[in-house]
Amino acid sequence: MDSLERILQEHPFVKNLSPEHIQLIVGCAKNVVFEPGQFLFKEDEEASEFYILRSGKVALEIYTPEYGPITIQTVGEGEVLGWSWLVPPYEWRFDGRAVELTRAIALDGKCLRGKCEQDPKLGYELMKRLASVFEGRLYAMRLQLLDIYNSKAPKQTK
Amino acid sequence: MDPMVSHYEAIELQMVPHPYKIHRVIKETHDTFTLELKSNTSNGKFAFRAGQFNMLYIFGVGEVPISISGDPNKMETLVHTTRAVGTVTKKMAKLKKGDVIGVRGPYGTNWPVKAAIGNDVVIIAGGIGLAPLRPAIYQIISQRKHYGKIILLYGTRTPADILFRHELEKLKSRLDVDIYVTVDRATREWNGNVGVVTTLIPRAPFDPINTTAMICGPEIMMRYTIGELVKRGVSHENIFVSMERNMKCGIGFCGHCQYGTEFICKDGPVFSYAQIKDLFGKREL
Repeated sequence: MDSLERILQEHPFVKNLSPEHIQLIVGCAKNVVFEPGQFLFKEDEEASEFYILRSGKVALEIYTPEYGPITIQTVGEGEVLGWSWLVPPYEWRFDGRAVELTRAIALDGKCLRGKCEQDPKLGYELMKRLASVFEGRLYAMRLQLLDIYNSKAPKQTK
Repeated sequence: MDPMVSHYEAIELQMVPHPYKIHRVIKETHDTFTLELKSNTSNGKFAFRAGQFNMLYIFGVGEVPISISGDPNKMETLVHTTRAVGTVTKKMAKLKKGDVIGVRGPYGTNWPVKAAIGNDVVIIAGGIGLAPLRPAIYQIISQRKHYGKIILLYGTRTPADILFRHELEKLKSRLDVDIYVTVDRATREWNGNVGVVTTLIPRAPFDPINTTAMICGPEIMMRYTIGELVKRGVSHENIFVSMERNMKCGIGFCGHCQYGTEFICKDGPVFSYAQIKDLFGKREL
């Protein structure tokens, strides 16, 4: 437990969370490792976990009948993965596949929801941090949607 | 001689393209290519500073400003990389070894390669924006010991659009340069990063207080990149961008590339962010 607590404390997502709240989270946490190519989760499966990534890289993929799996984003060290555990029907919307050997702390979604219900201060704190992650991802996704490197954009000097 | 006449003659000289022969054409990606040029005249040497551009003229078709993408220390060959996107560059893409084009230049300001000595250097490129930064990379690498960390963050559309791929791979094999490449979309064959280049900034290993950042890419990419760098603590004075507008004369006469109080061709294309932050992102400009 001590070691999980220490690892969590150092992660950017959890950093500066009160020791009491970290202890509450640790109760839902376990260490996990994924080999390259191994799936963390698959679309439509129950979203039972929330991942705090320690190292490695995970690709979020959507399967398309025409092109097969398309990677829409990769996440890695210092980032978190998954919010489907938070929103009904608690099902993954994408596939999550380890591209490299990936180490993470997996937090049990049901357990974490329960803790947040019991302790609204923890719930609000986590929600603020998650909102910041959502905002960053949405912002990046919008930029990605602009397709700014498309050759149809007028370019001459570059 | 009448001083006014010599003044006009000097300007006229700057407007005259010099013939250069195409020595080699390299197809970089499906829509980008590199031209290696050799002078038809003089001693064949072309001195320039990293970040500068030339006006390249295809006789009978037109003239376009293209950044120099070669090594400033190798003056025998003049190198330009561009994308076949307009009338002139599409025609340029079809040129072959031995064909002749006109060259005027070099024009404009340069990347702060010397001023960055002692600092960490973060080079952030988007798409074809890697080409104008390549001379700076060559120069910095050639004097590696004078700099702190050297980090290249490069974002492009797909893995097939990665410019100078072999050179990047070679550079990545060095132990004293950090290179992170990301693409906007990919299939499973790509094991690298997927996402916009700005997502690489929060975890890039540089000291924001002692960092010089050089950015080149689409303006919107540069805008968001600056935002992330400032969030990390890099000062406006240490962020440099290469701007792009419709350049025609290249010497600040015609006004086509006017950018507020600046002319991109003469006062730029490389500006510090501190210099242009009041203009940057203004829709009217």
